[in-house]
Amino acid sequence: MRGFGALLGRELRLALRHPADSLAAVMFFVLVAALFPFGIGPAPEALARLAPGALLAAGLLAALLPLDRLFGADAEDGTLDQLLLSGMGAAAVALAKAAAHWLVTGLPLLVATPVAGAMLNLATEAWPAAMAALGLATAFLSLLGTAGAALTLGARRGGVLLPLLVLPLAIPAVIFGAAGIEAAAAGLEARPYLLLLGALVAAALPLAPLAAGAALRVE
Amino acid sequence: MLHAENLACRRGERVVFAGLSFKVEPGAAVLLIGENGAGKSTLLRLLAGLLAPAEGRLLWQGEDAFADRTAHAGRLRYLSHADALKPALTARENLGFFARLWGGDVGAALAALGLAPLAELPARVLSSGQKRRLALARLALAPAALWLLDEPTVGLDAASVERLGGLLARHRAGGGMVLAATHLPLPLPGARELRL
Repeated sequence: MRGFGALLGRELRLALRHPADSLAAVMFFVLVAALFPFGIGPAPEALARLAPGALLAAGLLAALLPLDRLFGADAEDGTLDQLLLSGMGAAAVALAKAAAHWLVTGLPLLVATPVAGAMLNLATEAWPAAMAALGLATAFLSLLGTAGAALTLGARRGGVLLPLLVLPLAIPAVIFGAAGIEAAAAGLEARPYLLLLGALVAAALPLAPLAAGAALRVE
Repeated sequence: MLHAENLACRRGERVVFAGLSFKVEPGAAVLLIGENGAGKSTLLRLLAGLLAPAEGRLLWQGEDAFADRTAHAGRLRYLSHADALKPALTARENLGFFARLWGGDVGAALAALGLAPLAELPARVLSSGQKRRLALARLALAPAALWLLDEPTVGLDAASVERLGGLLARHRAGGGMVLAATHLPLPLPGARELRL
């Protein structure tokens, strides 16, 4: 537990020293959302219809950006060996990495969600649901992505392999998240969809770090 | 007591070494020597538990060391070629992370390697020898029974090698064991040689 806190603290400190990585993900998210109005043309209703799915897709792609370096940098400079020998267990290392990834990438995306939502003409009453859906969906992706990053560590085309591995598994998060935002925009209850999304996160929370830990151990 | 029995290691199809047996008593030091690619670093990684042996056993006090990898990791310090430093963090922060894991006093460990004046500098601006000293300062944090050192003195000046010698002597006087792979003379009086 002490190791978990130490690692999480160090990851956050490193992210603060290099804020460009988090900023790049947020900018990517906002820019992708900004491209839709140009592509669809002056039809606010069509845009609003697309908004929930577009938000989720843009958010997940943005959160995917820093994942391929999640373990890569640590593996190259020898830190990963020290972490595996730190006595905290490979699964705890993976969980700390996933938590750091969400805090550093997922959380800033939530702050940018209203901006992206406004560009996609998303009804303002759906903004809280959009933030909740994106928060849960990015948490799911952080967990899945950590397992994916551990599996593709050392693969020559890891950066390409990782999205191919992770994005298909993230489809349920897109379905439930978009459905929740759509329900909120139509004035309906978003809660059932968000609860299903929460169930996905709850299932991935123990499983993904175990898978990632096992992948880190194998060489 | 560390006892290796008939250890073998394969990387892909190639056998790196096989039939390797040796014992290390408390307070003893073993120098791993051999040409490049002989498997010195691989043996150290294997002893650390980062690689699984293809054959053979490693016994610690007569019991299988890899039965409980966390316990095994807890009694060793491993220093690889890579210094495991984050360029953006200061020397003190880099070492402080390991101090939180293992305990120990950061200031004293930095002073032991003569790094006290550099404590607040980011690791990015340190020279390669200073980075190596910062990696070595991890050894001075908290005691561990087994030190596995891969070319510990690469890039070090004479004064730093002497400081490392003091650390090694204290470690061995307290019953600690050292296995070091090296091409350079190390301050390890009475060390046995193991040729790979």
